[in-house]
Amino acid sequence: MSKKKVNIKEILIQYNAYIIFVALFVICAILSDRFLSLMNIRNIALQQAGPICVVLGMLFVILTGGIDLSVGSVMALGSSLSAYLIVFKSVPFQLAIVVAMFVGLVAGTVTGTLVAYAKFQGFVASLAMMTIARGAALVITNGSPIKMEADTLSLIVKKEYGYPILIITFAIIVIFCIIQRNTAYGRIVIALGSNIEAVELAGIRVKKYLVSVYAISGMLAALGGVFIAARASTGSGVISEGQELDAIAACVIGGASLAGGKGDVFRAIIGAFILALISNIMNLMAVPAYPQDIIKGIIIIIAVLLQLVTDRKE
Amino acid sequence: MQNSEYRLEMRNITKHFGGVKALTDVSLKVEPGEIHALIGENGAGKSTLMKILSGAYVRDSGQIFIDGNEVKISDPKESKDQGVAIIYQEFMLAPDLTVAENIYIDKLSAGKTFINWKELRNNAKEQLERLGFGDIDPNTKCGSLSVAYQQVVEICKCLTRNAKILVFDEPTAVLTFSEIEKLFSVIKKLKEEGVSIIYISHRLEEIFELSQHISVLKDGTYVGTVKTEEFDKHRLVNMMIGREMTEMFPERHARIGETVLEVQNLCAGMVQDVSFSVKAGEVLGFNGLVGAGRTETMRALFGADKKDSGKVIYFGKEVDWKNPKQAIAEKFGLLPEDRKKQGLLLKQSIRMNTTLACLNKITKLGFINHKSEKEFVKETLASIQTKYNSTEDNANSLSGGNQQKIALAKWIAADCKCIVFDEPTRGVDVGAKTEIYKVINNLAENGVAVIIISSEMPEIIGMCDRVLVMRNGKISGEVRKEELTENALIKFAMGV
Repeated sequence: MSKKKVNIKEILIQYNAYIIFVALFVICAILSDRFLSLMNIRNIALQQAGPICVVLGMLFVILTGGIDLSVGSVMALGSSLSAYLIVFKSVPFQLAIVVAMFVGLVAGTVTGTLVAYAKFQGFVASLAMMTIARGAALVITNGSPIKMEADTLSLIVKKEYGYPILIITFAIIVIFCIIQRNTAYGRIVIALGSNIEAVELAGIRVKKYLVSVYAISGMLAALGGVFIAARASTGSGVISEGQELDAIAACVIGGASLAGGKGDVFRAIIGAFILALISNIMNLMAVPAYPQDIIKGIIIIIAVLLQLVTDRKE
Repeated sequence: MQNSEYRLEMRNITKHFGGVKALTDVSLKVEPGEIHALIGENGAGKSTLMKILSGAYVRDSGQIFIDGNEVKISDPKESKDQGVAIIYQEFMLAPDLTVAENIYIDKLSAGKTFINWKELRNNAKEQLERLGFGDIDPNTKCGSLSVAYQQVVEICKCLTRNAKILVFDEPTAVLTFSEIEKLFSVIKKLKEEGVSIIYISHRLEEIFELSQHISVLKDGTYVGTVKTEEFDKHRLVNMMIGREMTEMFPERHARIGETVLEVQNLCAGMVQDVSFSVKAGEVLGFNGLVGAGRTETMRALFGADKKDSGKVIYFGKEVDWKNPKQAIAEKFGLLPEDRKKQGLLLKQSIRMNTTLACLNKITKLGFINHKSEKEFVKETLASIQTKYNSTEDNANSLSGGNQQKIALAKWIAADCKCIVFDEPTRGVDVGAKTEIYKVINNLAENGVAVIIISSEMPEIIGMCDRVLVMRNGKISGEVRKEELTENALIKFAMGV
């Protein structure tokens, strides 16, 4: 009938991630007067800086049709390694961050090489790396947390320095947006997940690109781990268990398809914030952790159902 | 002729998709025990009509009668219960199950608690023998059978459900010569047993060999039904597209120039000692049976597969491409045979598909210039008369012919000087075929060296300046334009 009506429906389907986010935001604001306080918003931002880095790395892996289960463990590795270097080896914290990221990059490169050259499935290769990185993190910390001095790594979460981790995370988001929208690299990553054979026959060295997405994912996971260590002033080998699943969930809520070839940087971040808001409001309202998980799951189902409707339309 | 008794009668079927009319007042009458061909260009409504018959789509209006009784058919089960079965191009077989399991997949235990394997195998064997395929072992896994045998299994599966109306949708598209013959013998046998067969194909030769009647659809409307014996190809094509057949292969005014590519003693896997050359402006054909090594030769040349030995000279320079990137960098392109699996990113935009092989053209330091990309894509697509709404639409929103043009546009966009077309018109309707031939001619006229691999004889004969025939991985003969006949080609292809 009227054209306008159809459009509204389509907008609802198309932008479901944003709509869920806004709705949740409003609901949170109504439910708790502490939600909109500066302190709470800042806490969410600082808390999410690490996980968002991980989501971005994961998104590119998912775009190629792969999956990276190792990110949670690599986060723990990044956290442990940076704290270890700072505390036991008196390494300046800046260098410790770089070393941790490098180790994450190596871990990701190994996973990516197994996928691209040895034809492992992403699930299997990253599952192995998940165990290895977790083990390495626990070896480094010897199973107990490493407490850091107040004026080392934790400086990057301090207001006096302008919250460096927020600036870094924001910069990474911008870079990823640009990569996805404006570079040949971003184009090829999406193409890989659509039809890898066609891409190869179009003269693109697909294996290098495959390795690179896992390498980047590993590097960002390690950085995410460092962020978490900075906030707690503690390196630990037991953090971020299950973080890989949250990262996957964020991508999916943001419209990514695990089959590859479909997904968006900005929407994946919205997906991460949707999950963050749910946890946050429930914490504010003192809801125990278990019901939070139930609601998280339900949100994932709703988001994916909405996407199925869009897919069928196409 | 007594026309009062029809096995199937579809009357005034109409179907809309959204605002688009897919079928308008289409009728179809099929007698018991006849092979009834259904033809029309892609998008004419054949598949839609068959999906209505199979219950996959529900018609908006119209009636369906089976054996004179009106039937409802509003879902696939109803259709199956009425004895309708469709053999799709992509089979519905489970590759890891055995032949017997697949044939009886919906009644493995015949209603009992446990499966009687011995009986199951014997029944399957019986079914296969009935069709003259006693050599298929009911215990082999379906995935290990040839495509033709898989088709036979699929047919058996339908017959165990007492199908009276069997629809074949382009069954020979993926079969070899000898496999096609076997399939035809099965179809003829079924016809004698009284099964009504609806046969959809783009290959007119097959239709004239098999069918008793031909129904023609065009743009979702019913054009008419004719008796096959009273008609010829010429009139049939006119009826389908309202155009003369002689226009199918447009004229080419290309000047044949210098040698562009010379291949000497190429060996790669099954490919043995293949030598040939192609000149600028020349269209060289590669014919032979499916599996003779034509595709393998070209893939090895292109760097997609490994070469064992041999020398390749391209524009006077010896080259050894290890991967497609190197070949494309020197402006050598290959349009793969399977558009959907190897040629296109179906779920990505037309724009992205077109520029995939020439990203360097639209990027600076890795950054894409979206505006110039769009312009470039529009220009490229306009140069080959591609029909599309927006460059942002997904490739799979296009018809087969236009999809193929997008796959082709990639190589034009990359300025290729030598292009291999592997089965350039597979699954493309008659009208769109001519369009693709025009594009190929145009390329040749502009000095591109063209190689066409094709199993379709008319295409090879109508398009090529020279044809090489392959057999068992070797070149078995060369036929010049003046001597090009089906007979000459088949002789070399079969080695007689």
